[in-house]
Amino acid sequence: MYVAVKGGERAIDAAHEWLAEERRGDRAVAELGLDQIREQMSLAVNRVMAEGSLYDPDLAALAIKQARGDLIEAIFLIRAYRTTLPRIGHSHPVDTGAMRCDRRISATFKDAPGGQVLGPTFDYTHRLLDFKLAADGALPEAPVGAPAEAPMPRITEFLNRDGLIQDELAGDETPPDMTRQPMEYPANRALRLQALTRGDEGFVLGMAYSTQRGYGRNHPFVGELRIGAVEVEMEVPELGFDICIGELVLTECETVNQFAGSKTEPPQFTRGYGLVFGQTERKAISMALVDRALRWQELGEDNLGAPAQDEEFVLAHADNIQASGFLEHIKLPHYVDFQSELELVRRMRAAAGDEMREAAE
Amino acid sequence: MRDDVLSGGFAEAPVEAARAFRVALEAMARPGTIHTVSGAAAPAPVSVAASVLLLTLCDRETPLYLAPGHDGAAVRDWVAFHIGAPLAGPGEAMFALGGWDALKPLDAYRIGTPDYPDRSVTLIAELPDLEAAGARLTGPGIREAAFLSLPEIDAFRANRALFPLGWDCFLAAGDRIAALPRTTIVEAL
Amino acid sequence: MSVTDVGNEARKGWMGLLARAPSARLAACLEAVGAMPGFDWLRVPEVGGVMVRGRMGGTGAPFNLGEMTVTRCALRLESGEVGHAYVQGRDKAHAERAALVDALMQGDRAGELRAAVLAPLQAAEAETRRARAARAATTKVDFFTMVRGEA
Repeated sequence: MYVAVKGGERAIDAAHEWLAEERRGDRAVAELGLDQIREQMSLAVNRVMAEGSLYDPDLAALAIKQARGDLIEAIFLIRAYRTTLPRIGHSHPVDTGAMRCDRRISATFKDAPGGQVLGPTFDYTHRLLDFKLAADGALPEAPVGAPAEAPMPRITEFLNRDGLIQDELAGDETPPDMTRQPMEYPANRALRLQALTRGDEGFVLGMAYSTQRGYGRNHPFVGELRIGAVEVEMEVPELGFDICIGELVLTECETVNQFAGSKTEPPQFTRGYGLVFGQTERKAISMALVDRALRWQELGEDNLGAPAQDEEFVLAHADNIQASGFLEHIKLPHYVDFQSELELVRRMRAAAGDEMREAAE
Repeated sequence: MRDDVLSGGFAEAPVEAARAFRVALEAMARPGTIHTVSGAAAPAPVSVAASVLLLTLCDRETPLYLAPGHDGAAVRDWVAFHIGAPLAGPGEAMFALGGWDALKPLDAYRIGTPDYPDRSVTLIAELPDLEAAGARLTGPGIREAAFLSLPEIDAFRANRALFPLGWDCFLAAGDRIAALPRTTIVEAL
Repeated sequence: MSVTDVGNEARKGWMGLLARAPSARLAACLEAVGAMPGFDWLRVPEVGGVMVRGRMGGTGAPFNLGEMTVTRCALRLESGEVGHAYVQGRDKAHAERAALVDALMQGDRAGELRAAVLAPLQAAEAETRRARAARAATTKVDFFTMVRGEA
């Protein structure tokens, strides 16, 4: 028997109203402004922009506020908003070589031109809770020095001069866009990078970590990690020339991986690449490791059966909105589905009971 | 780009595009009905009706074919500024605009695939006139029969035979539009 | 007053500067200029997304990185000049002001606008950038050798 039921509107409305009240919390405590979230929770804002795949710090701050700090819920809100935007066009590929770096380090060359610039990093903090922050402490100004005039060339360019690293051939083909066409496997590297840069940080981190622990080991060094602002240029048809439409903060990581050579490639260093919206270096490094692991086929390496080498496994499970949508839907009403399962189990039990009785007789 | 092609778009795009979309939907859902639209003017020879359809249905992700007679610098610039649709040949186009004869040969267009019958072209054919007389139309969306002044019969019959593949067609004349989806059965009267 | 008379390079420069400028700062600069001329919209301000691309390894083949919000508009002054704007973010007033300045920079008031709007925006942007670079400079590591191992 099938019975369609309707109802719950009042309960749902009430749930929304209570949700709004809980979001606000104790009204005796000052309400958070979007500017406060944007300025003081900036790494959360960055993660929401990266995985929401939409660069707009104010929107990300709003999403975080609305989601009560649940970043995956905030990313969901941004993804939903993103679908309402008409696509105005695409930019020229950003020139990360011209980045105005806040941070730029290399784990491979101590004396790289431009130097090792630490930037505002957690790396050398002692991870001790700073109770001064709880007490509204006054903040000393950060020291200032003479701004560096020298450019910061790419570290991999040095290796490239000697032919010791596999070349990255520039091209101008139109890359596939997973937000426009459904994913198809095998994916090419452009599609993989798009899926990874918007993928869940925890998932990509876990995959990257698995390669370090031996599941498809590829011996990475962080050749270079840079964080800073780049200008975005696009062609405007009505003008007939390119203009700068704004500026983004990006994190770029290039790994240099040992490579013994294969049937098709000489021994040389190979690369993994990560590029992510905002200051998001854990994600960018993870992305570079997973990118490198997924390149086994084009480099003629063996498939070791490692999870991080399995393109479909990695790309199909990297998206936290797809994953949580499917996962969480099972808590929504399945009364009819379950009713049929219930009847099936009852029938099977009855049949099994009959058989047992017959056997006993 | 010449400055004069910068005008002729919707003055209030969200509202006008929504209204026009409703009209386009209605025309396609009820083949043979004739509707009037307004609010857009591409450079000649594009009609008001075709201008409205282009602004409403096309964007930078819908390759557009401009058939001879409609393909020219002014129309191209207008499309680039107001719509941004990439121009394409008939074989890649999702929309095609032109006079009926200029749009031919019709077998040059995409008719979809069995998996994706929607990956087919929508023709926007400019006609000198449009009236509810002539060919007899029957099929989905038509209560008994409708009548429409079609430029010819055979092409529509051949297209219908391809179903579920095939193209769909808007007909534009001045500020009037009608539509014939691939499902409509067309007979000479 | 066609576009080519102005020089595309110069125009490219101010359009980028206007796009990167904080909206409030641009508004304050224009406030000082006084009454703005009337205009007709050619494209009312429209918020959309631009797909930002990167290159594999920084220099290789392009891939899609993600979108950014952009607001664009186009207008024509009573005197005929056409101004365009493509501005990061969702601020329609910012796009309108940027398009107004773009149009005015093509006419008689270019000098006035350059002094009252572009020059201060340029200076403010340079100062913001300098201040960050100055902080970054102090975090540059100076290595010194303690022991050189000789095997």
